[in-house]
Amino acid sequence: MNKKITFPHIGNYYIPFYYLITNLCKCEVIIPPPITKKTIELGSKYSPDYVCAPFKYNLGNFIESIEKGANIVLQAGGGCRYGYYAELQEQILKDLNYDIEFINFIENNRVSIKKVYKFAKRLNPKLTRIKFYYHLINATLMIIIMDKLGRYMREYIGFAKNDKEFEQVEKNLFNELKGKISINRLIKIYFKYKNKYKNIEINKPQDCLKVGIVGELYSIMEPYSSCYIEKKLAKKGIQVKRFTTITYLLLQKKYNINKLLKKGKKYLKYHLGADGTESVVLSQELAKKGYDGIIHIKSFGCTPEINAMPIMAKVSEDYHIPIIYFSFDSQDNTVGVDTRLEAFYDMIVARKEK
Amino acid sequence: MTNKIKVGIPKAFLYYRYNILWENFFKKLGCEVVTSPDTNKDIIEQGKEYSIDEACLSSKIYMGHVSYLSDKCDYILVPRISDYGKNEKVCVKFNGLYDVVKNTFLFTKFIDYNIEKTKHKTEFMGLFKLGLKFSKNPFKVIYAYKYAKRKERIYNNKIKIQQELILKNKKLKILIVAHPYNIYDKYIGKPIIDFLTKMNIDILYADRLDKEISIKNSYKLSKGLYWSYSRELIGAVEYYKEKINGIIFITAFPCGPDSLVNELLIRKINDIPIINILIDESTAEAGLHTRLESFIDIVKQKEEKNE
Repeated sequence: MNKKITFPHIGNYYIPFYYLITNLCKCEVIIPPPITKKTIELGSKYSPDYVCAPFKYNLGNFIESIEKGANIVLQAGGGCRYGYYAELQEQILKDLNYDIEFINFIENNRVSIKKVYKFAKRLNPKLTRIKFYYHLINATLMIIIMDKLGRYMREYIGFAKNDKEFEQVEKNLFNELKGKISINRLIKIYFKYKNKYKNIEINKPQDCLKVGIVGELYSIMEPYSSCYIEKKLAKKGIQVKRFTTITYLLLQKKYNINKLLKKGKKYLKYHLGADGTESVVLSQELAKKGYDGIIHIKSFGCTPEINAMPIMAKVSEDYHIPIIYFSFDSQDNTVGVDTRLEAFYDMIVARKEK
Repeated sequence: MTNKIKVGIPKAFLYYRYNILWENFFKKLGCEVVTSPDTNKDIIEQGKEYSIDEACLSSKIYMGHVSYLSDKCDYILVPRISDYGKNEKVCVKFNGLYDVVKNTFLFTKFIDYNIEKTKHKTEFMGLFKLGLKFSKNPFKVIYAYKYAKRKERIYNNKIKIQQELILKNKKLKILIVAHPYNIYDKYIGKPIIDFLTKMNIDILYADRLDKEISIKNSYKLSKGLYWSYSRELIGAVEYYKEKINGIIFITAFPCGPDSLVNELLIRKINDIPIINILIDESTAEAGLHTRLESFIDIVKQKEEKNE
């Protein structure tokens, strides 16, 4: 039987994951079809009712790619409930009579590089350690490039003279990342696209509206699950700042988290778990920097963020900064989100004029 | 006569796990312990007011108890628990409980201790540091801890023996799998227990099984489970499997760990009748009774067939 690997979607990060897995395992990799209404419907159908939304999205992704022929499923995530997804998802897929192998890279709540190596070595006995690390570094560089350019884009896309230009450049970037990759090439790609982004004509006023996004990682990074909230903000001409990216979660968080706790001494004595600490302390930082508002997004029932919310309410009170809370479930409620966002926008505009 | 310091302990969440330890510890240190009453309507209303809508029912009840105590004692004890070792975490709710409570009730004084074994913060160290606030003599604190710990052990043994005695009865036996703070709570678990007792059924509690036996058995059901409290519960399912007629899961809406763990168990265990009861703020007693009644009918039918 031919081995075909699949993994769940999260934003555009399927590009580095696809690169990494194809090069390590030398197997066919099936990228799940883009998330649509059907994905989430499939996922919700077989999930427990009140589990958080990322579980349902992941399960939907798995089922769709298994139908396309995948037979090895990868899962990695940790921190909160996310770390335990794998075991239940495996059971659900097996109860659906799919003949699959389920592989979980989580050990002790962190992605275990050793497990990844062992897995790749089993599928591709020719793999050497040097090659393994070479591809790992390439994939990491790819993620860093995507995040760095993404950050620039979020800041300026709202002020471009021609909306489509940014999206076109991003599309080209992704196409180039999908091609042949080496470290040299990656560095070239980075500078080339940095220039391209900078050359786009923008018209940014000095005192534009600035909004920060904090919250739970999946809803933040997977635009479908948060009803494309970032795009909506950009259309209104708002500069968007968000901290949570894969780069942050994999590389920086470990070193950053104790610093954050020190900064947020006023509110926190202990870590809140998962991304809760970030939500509180970064809101405080954003408020100090003079942002106009904060948007907090999470999926329904996310416990660490529920921990953070009452404390964020206090931050909002102390620093006089408006915070709006969005909670996303498997239901599509674009209209509701639009209405609330509109009201929030009107409020921050009115405050700014004052 | 000097006034004793009053330490308040909310009767929710970890009270049901540590009450003997806490009460004896603070009494030995010369404090007066004030416990909030059983959960009642007022407490739930208060709790809802002080927490956000999406928080789980158990945590809303906790907030209600804290609110009740806030003007009746000098300090309120809110422990912070992160993990009991590698792969032995607890629900993130307990990670942030202290900070949440502190930022909600601004004018109340709280005392806390931290258990985070992966960073070498044990229960003893936490309570020792806390005890020094009330007594300047470190030996007195150590003695109080040892004394309280012994009392806790004696109490736990007593409960274990009670549970073993039930096994010898010939009545129908049902295992209840639920967090202690749900099952022993007056609002969440009590109506169910009362109803089952009225139906002349013996109840076994998953949390009353010896923790070590339970943890050992739990690996047969789940390898990767890293919530310590859930692991202690599911081990009992495996251990009692052959001796019981049915299993009832009781969950407070929307409990994070339970949403995954209970579903996994329901999918894995096929030969015993199982019911999963989800309690929220608006659960009506009549509906609950109907569900329980029909469940017990199923259990009885299955039993008759086997005979």
